[in-house]
Amino acid sequence: MAERAALEELVRLQGERVRGLKQQKASAEQIEEEVAKLLKLKAQLGPDEGKQKFVLKTPKGTRDYSPRQMAIREKVFDVIISCFKRHGAEVIDTPVFELKETLTGKYGEDSKLIYDLKDQGGELLSLRYDLTVPFARYLAMNKLTNIKRYHIAKVYRRDNPAMTRGRYREFYQCDFDIAGQFDPMIPDAECLKIMCEILSSLQIGDFLVKVNDRRILDGMFAICGVPDSKFRTICSSVDKLDKVSWEEVKNEMVGEKGLTPEVADHIGDYVQQHGGVSLVEQLLQDPKLSQNKQALEGLEDLKLLFEYLTLFGIADKISFDLSLARGLDYYTGVIYEAVLLQTPVQPGEEPLGVGSVAAGGRYDGLVGMFDPKGRKVPCVGLSIGVERIFSIVEQRLEALEEKVRTTETQVLVASAQKRLLEERLKLVSELWDAGIKAELLYKKNPKLLNQLQYCEEAGIPLVAIIGGCPKRRPCGRNQKENKPGPLHLLS
Amino acid sequence: MVVREKILDMVVGCFKRHGAKRLDTPAFELKEMLTEKYGEDSGLIYDLKDQGGELLSLRYDLTVPFARYLAMNKVKKMKRYHVGKVWRRESPTIVQGRYREFCQCDFDIAGQFDPMIPDAECLKIMCEILSGLQLGDFIIKVNDRRVLDGMFAVCGVPESKFHAICSSIDKLDKISWKDVRHEMVAKKGLAPEVADRIGDYVQCHGGVSLIEQMFQDPRLSQNKQALDGLGDLKLLFEYLTLFGIAEKISFDLSLARGLDYYTGVIYEAVLLQTPAQAQESFNVGSVAAGGRYDKLVGMFDPKGHKVPCVGLSIGVERIFSIVEQRMKTFGQKIRTTETQVFVATPQKNFLHERLKLIAELWDAGIKAELLYKNNPKLLTQLHYCEDMGIPLVVIIGEQEMKEGIIKLRSVASREEVAIKRENLVAEIQKRLSES
Repeated sequence: MAERAALEELVRLQGERVRGLKQQKASAEQIEEEVAKLLKLKAQLGPDEGKQKFVLKTPKGTRDYSPRQMAIREKVFDVIISCFKRHGAEVIDTPVFELKETLTGKYGEDSKLIYDLKDQGGELLSLRYDLTVPFARYLAMNKLTNIKRYHIAKVYRRDNPAMTRGRYREFYQCDFDIAGQFDPMIPDAECLKIMCEILSSLQIGDFLVKVNDRRILDGMFAICGVPDSKFRTICSSVDKLDKVSWEEVKNEMVGEKGLTPEVADHIGDYVQQHGGVSLVEQLLQDPKLSQNKQALEGLEDLKLLFEYLTLFGIADKISFDLSLARGLDYYTGVIYEAVLLQTPVQPGEEPLGVGSVAAGGRYDGLVGMFDPKGRKVPCVGLSIGVERIFSIVEQRLEALEEKVRTTETQVLVASAQKRLLEERLKLVSELWDAGIKAELLYKKNPKLLNQLQYCEEAGIPLVAIIGGCPKRRPCGRNQKENKPGPLHLLS
Repeated sequence: MVVREKILDMVVGCFKRHGAKRLDTPAFELKEMLTEKYGEDSGLIYDLKDQGGELLSLRYDLTVPFARYLAMNKVKKMKRYHVGKVWRRESPTIVQGRYREFCQCDFDIAGQFDPMIPDAECLKIMCEILSGLQLGDFIIKVNDRRVLDGMFAVCGVPESKFHAICSSIDKLDKISWKDVRHEMVAKKGLAPEVADRIGDYVQCHGGVSLIEQMFQDPRLSQNKQALDGLGDLKLLFEYLTLFGIAEKISFDLSLARGLDYYTGVIYEAVLLQTPAQAQESFNVGSVAAGGRYDKLVGMFDPKGHKVPCVGLSIGVERIFSIVEQRMKTFGQKIRTTETQVFVATPQKNFLHERLKLIAELWDAGIKAELLYKNNPKLLTQLHYCEDMGIPLVVIIGEQEMKEGIIKLRSVASREEVAIKRENLVAEIQKRLSES
């Protein structure tokens, strides 16, 4: 026995060695060698150790959606899809994986979070990281120059999951994008209108949409004295301002990213500003910023955008915020992000902080990266962060103790007596053929009480009872003719 | 996509009508979950690269994830449907170098119940869906794993060859008995007499009378397994008759079905082609299939607790291609958007008015569009409506502004009426509800 225990310990240690090597990305030969040793040790333990004793779970960062969660999810999707359709979007779908090369070079620092498929002798593939790059690939591949489309599907990111805060490795995105060369800012304004319509309809509380422009950011960095080479990295520092304080961001820029304190301070003067169209006017007059052509273009576009947003009746929900930076590389113009101001909770409960619930922007250069001749198709779009919305809605329903039906069954076909299975089967079939949603228990002789209980638990509103009636239930039924009894409404 | 959505809506509508709850699982599972569940097909599983974490594989079907879900959550009874994509690396020799991603629509009933009632409901669902999709006549072949195994036993097939012979029999829907017999004898080492005995059985198909006949068969009736299977099939046919679908069901002894995990009744629906369709080489094989699999959940449960299951899978991809093909043949036009109203102007410098107006329509829940041009030509706007099949146009211009009205035009009939600005939304809603 001691021998066996010692052997098991060796197996365990060897297993850790193998895992360690894999994490360190040691050479394939080395890993193979150690794996071979591991298998030999395992073989020594005997045949029963060969059988996997696995842990029953879904992969890290993923989850099943239970029927209750699915019912909530469907409600949320219905709101979102009906809004997309209201704005005339067509729907498309793309494969879950793309050629690895399609995704390479599109996500900057985040590229390491992409899931690759094993090389099994064919094309090298990776799971899609978002729905935007596949969209751009689709446009270039089909030589489309304009389309308004929505796409709802799961995407995959090997991130550090934080399931309690709605951050998963497999999660849904709801994207809406307008591709094409059009008169400026009209489609961009429609995207913001859509975001507002959806967030209002979902009734998840007050929200605010922050708006900025990549050219204003870049122009601002330039006039503050940020070296060109540091633009992107300073951008990601500024992006953290919604989560950490200016002091911390400044420290990171100076301490970690080598910015001089004066430059950091200059940036600080700008990025702590936010406001309405008056701020746009103010910055157009700013002596330094107005010298920068890029920044001016951005500011002019934002001014036009605000005009349209006012006509759309949503300007009061929009805030021009100079600290908005957004992670992804491919944005070229306006960028926006919607945040909830406060989640509606029961009095006395802790509010839930869930960060942004929708975001997007203009990306004019992406399709050109796929087109063999580099032909550009300007695009603007948005993505709704539904996972966060699911958790908010779920929590709200739990707090209100609202029941969510997981089926839509309208009638249960029941029997009050034994040996009526035939009648039940005939009747339920009649109901189904008439398009009525009906069920029956899969028992030859179920007790009436059990059947009624089933209805209560499932929320089924009507029950059709065949057979002689139990006391207290009037029932003008003719057994010989096998007609169904009166429908009893369940209280 | 619109065609796909309509078909999926129809399928899901049927599942909901039968009281199924919806479930969703991740696109990939731990590799070990999928190992050893698919027999010979295991080589077709897509693996994810080992990137230092768990070893993962893309799901191959929706049944194994379902069994994993039941075991993981200790669920004993559940009626669920699942619509989702699955991934299979089809061998290049069989399907010309193409690896595959496709949609499956599964419906399953898990739980210990009185025999054959859920099984009968599965067949009822298959019939409802195939009839509802109006794909033409179809037939559902039914058999039972125990009848097959019993038949092999009484014919003299060595147990070790059961599986191999089963996959040969499975090919009878695509190739002739002669070819199958040849494969069994020449490639799988079956004695010719044994093959012939099998031939006597597997060429039989019929209704409930065939079941009765098999009950009387001197050889088969000696085999307990086969008797169990035949008994269940007899009960099944009784229920199918009560459901009014018995004439669509054929007890077919050649039905074998690939997957390892079936333990009882198995079924497969095929479309019956007209000679014209057969000529267009339109054969798409089966469009739906399923069966009973009582031991799968037990393979996941740490204590081996069994949860009996029966279910079906609708082959929607095949159905999509049939419907798309049909639409092309008949030149049917289908709208890709649901836009109801288009906001137009014949004049320049009217963008602001169009934006205000369209926002009013959106806020009232009306599906509306406008061109993203500051000064579009009226003709261009009207053409857009015709191309997209948008039924109504609202036209605004200088004259209309002065008079406080909007012109509402039907794209199809070109009839135009003047509506007061404040009544516009109500008037549009009225028109839309009437059409």
